[in-house]
Amino acid sequence: MLSRKARLDAHGEDSSYFLGWKEYEKNAYDDVQNPTGIIQMGLAENQLSFDLLESWLASNQDAARLTRNGESVFRELALFQDYHGLPDFKNELVEFMAEIRGNKVNFDPRKLVLMAGATSANETLTFCIAESGDAFLLPTPYYPGFDRDLKWRTGVEIVPIHCSSSNGFKVTKCALEEAYQQAHKLSLNVKGVLITNPSNPLGTTMGRDELNDLIGFAVAKKIHIISDEIYSGTVFDHPSFISIMEALMDRKLQDTDLWSRVHIVYSLSKDLGLPGFRVGMIYSNNETVVSAATKMSSFGLISSQTQYLLSKILSDKKFTRNYMKENRKRLKTRRDMIVAALRDAGIGCLKSNAGLFCWVDMRHLLSSNTFDAEMELWKKILREAGLNISPGASCHCSEPGWFRICFANMSEDTLNLSMQRIKALVGRIQQCRRGRVTHQDSGCNSRRRSFSKWVLNLCSYDREPDR
Amino acid sequence: MRLIVPLQGVVQGRGGLILGSIIPGALYYFFQLYLKRCRSAKPNSNPPSPSSSSAQLADLSRSSSRSNLSSRGSVGPVRVSARANSIAKPNASPYYIGLEMASEDPYDRFDNPDGIMQLGLSENRLSLDLIETWILENLERSMIGGADGHLNISGIATYQPLDGMMEMKIAVAGFMSQVMGTTVSFDPSRLVLTSGATPAIETLCFCLADQGNAFLVPTPYYPGFDRDMKWRTGVELIPVHCRSSDNFALSVTALDQAFNQARKRGQKVRGILISNPSNPIGNMLNKETLYSLLDFAREKNIHIISDEIFAGSTYGSEEFVSMAEILESEDFDKNRVHIIYGLSKDLSLPGFRVGVIYSFNTSVLAAAKKLARFSSVSAPTQRILISMLSDTRFIQRYIETTRERIKKMYVAFAAGLKQLGIECTKSSAGLYCWADMSGLIRPYNEKGELELWDKLLKIGKINITPGSACHCIEPGWFRCCFTMLAEEDIPVVIKRIQRVVET
Repeated sequence: MLSRKARLDAHGEDSSYFLGWKEYEKNAYDDVQNPTGIIQMGLAENQLSFDLLESWLASNQDAARLTRNGESVFRELALFQDYHGLPDFKNELVEFMAEIRGNKVNFDPRKLVLMAGATSANETLTFCIAESGDAFLLPTPYYPGFDRDLKWRTGVEIVPIHCSSSNGFKVTKCALEEAYQQAHKLSLNVKGVLITNPSNPLGTTMGRDELNDLIGFAVAKKIHIISDEIYSGTVFDHPSFISIMEALMDRKLQDTDLWSRVHIVYSLSKDLGLPGFRVGMIYSNNETVVSAATKMSSFGLISSQTQYLLSKILSDKKFTRNYMKENRKRLKTRRDMIVAALRDAGIGCLKSNAGLFCWVDMRHLLSSNTFDAEMELWKKILREAGLNISPGASCHCSEPGWFRICFANMSEDTLNLSMQRIKALVGRIQQCRRGRVTHQDSGCNSRRRSFSKWVLNLCSYDREPDR
Repeated sequence: MRLIVPLQGVVQGRGGLILGSIIPGALYYFFQLYLKRCRSAKPNSNPPSPSSSSAQLADLSRSSSRSNLSSRGSVGPVRVSARANSIAKPNASPYYIGLEMASEDPYDRFDNPDGIMQLGLSENRLSLDLIETWILENLERSMIGGADGHLNISGIATYQPLDGMMEMKIAVAGFMSQVMGTTVSFDPSRLVLTSGATPAIETLCFCLADQGNAFLVPTPYYPGFDRDMKWRTGVELIPVHCRSSDNFALSVTALDQAFNQARKRGQKVRGILISNPSNPIGNMLNKETLYSLLDFAREKNIHIISDEIFAGSTYGSEEFVSMAEILESEDFDKNRVHIIYGLSKDLSLPGFRVGVIYSFNTSVLAAAKKLARFSSVSAPTQRILISMLSDTRFIQRYIETTRERIKKMYVAFAAGLKQLGIECTKSSAGLYCWADMSGLIRPYNEKGELELWDKLLKIGKINITPGSACHCIEPGWFRCCFTMLAEEDIPVVIKRIQRVVET
């Protein structure tokens, strides 16, 4: 009775990503009501700077009350459903986006299409660029949500570009070419490459060389580049962020065909910490894409009230500059906290400079170098340490043992508690290993490695080369 | 590539002729095919360096325009999808053309008295003053104010359930019940909220039908369905024509005929889409019709989508009967009925983007809940509306006042049209009337209708929706929305129509 899509969808929620969520919902941590509950570290949400927004709202009653200079703007907002978006809001957005990129790039509001969240923006862009049965290449590891957002209703496939820890998961020319050939083997027509820059789940930004390799590849294969830059405002450390537009302009490619095949997806969910507002957008130099996406945005328009409120917030440049600066500072502090605490527990992280999470190396804690062992470890962390984190397999990482841990959606105390729990668990696992030489223990596995060798491995890994 | 078809030899049945013409023909055909494959498979040997891109650019521009003509996106260099190309083209329907022209030169009694009067958009502006007052008195408190007066943004800033907050569902379910006369109650757990009724109906299509499947839709119907239900889903709409002789009533016989014809064509019908109250007619389906529809759906094993978005905008003596009410009292297979609703018409808030899918089918709800991620309602908007909709006394006053005002406008407008000899079908709901201008068009066909529409738009400076845009099978009917006007504007409209009609 239902469509094929609906029948497929109904059985889609058995991956680990969702299992963790379900367990968390049943037994959510609360510092007072449920101190032994599960701490949510699988949600990339930024709750660190709500106080700044609250104080702005308190001193700018006009915006919240939908008045302008004392006059009500309610009527125009109540009736405003133009899919071209509120002009004031778009003008502020392009300035905000330019500022994040150090004003090295300028954006035209006529090329901006508003959607209800980056989720909607990514799907709409896919509808505009690809036919059902076409493919996008995505570097792994990637955000698990892409498997839904890019594929479900569009019928488009994802072919992974395998990245490895040997070079810090950077995208190489070789990996790009391999992925392209793989797509051909599967008889899939490659329409584009989708990168997330800064990367989710890695928390790193793409370097100039990496971007240039990607550009060269897109020119050679005559395909699109979609750059999901929703974390661009969370870059809190060196190296600085280079947008795909900046890279193209530096190579003077504005008048080439590639210019109209490059599209940016952006959102205010991460940079301003407002995922509940549902604000996403597509920026494209391609007229057909802008025109088609604008009309398709009818299926996900942003509430006019929200557009108005945000246009007011963004027009206060002093506030936004201060907010971004302070927010980045707080993110960096958090990141440093978690990295130090993990190191203390003998766990290393990929050196990151952006995002709301760390890409954590727990390969040494696996009973074997397999994804089954990764799942086993993930379940232990969920059930014994009471932490919901994201296993690398859910992000399509090609190497087992990596996990994404979010650090910006909780208080400092909760973060400290989570680190204590991890340390305790790691201690238990290693004790288990030390003690299993002579007898079988139900909680440990049988693979032998000496404790000292592990410690040595960790020490050499921790010494990351300076960028 | 030319295809040589030696039909003559085959038809005349002479073996020699067949072989003599087919074999060389086939050889030539395959040779052409081989050549074409070679041409398109030739890879670029060297990636072009930036400095040599201009020559490359010239080549690429030419093939780009070629692929715009054909609908196959995969021939030649990679371009955008065929879907994007078709959607990006300016819309040729008079429904959209009129809306655009009127919005570019909008009439204002004081600032732009020669502008175009908008009667093509079914929006209710009659009672915005009531909502405005409520907002001014309650907004800030409702959006982010905590009990102690301290602002707390986490309630609206953080991720919320993508199919709507539970409090919002409870509030909307309560509103739906209130607006439909409290004869039926709605279960909040059967709601999925979306950013407007537009995504609600598209999402439902994705859940109920595969590409190439079809829905039966009684005509005339809302022009937006062609976009909402077809663009990205690949679903087809089969019109089931209703006629003025029956007052455009829906007949099960006609549905049956359409269903059988579709089956003969090999088209799988997945359901019926009705709008009740009807857009653009403004009539309501009575209980008997609803029962017959359910019987028909059960017999053919198909779904019913009931778009009830105008349920609260009634002004006649009849009471509105929702599908939900029928199902509450009878033992029908509820799994095949789904209701679409929204706050754009009854609460005059199209800008706030709130739509509803209401279904008794748990599998449909589960699928729709997941798809709602692509069209979620903004959290700050949900907060305000939770507050507003929970103020049931205000809502009651609003519903009653709106109905009175719509009725007043309808009576005045219909009387004005009658003065010009233009009759409207008897309607009791909606924000428009369905006017018979068939006596004023020449010739009596779609061309004549569109000529009148064009004259009214460009000379009369009035935008109304021609019946052909709504797939009406009889020419000369027009939908005129009157709830965007003030009462003083009605004589202006009538005069303008008169001016055009008399020339």
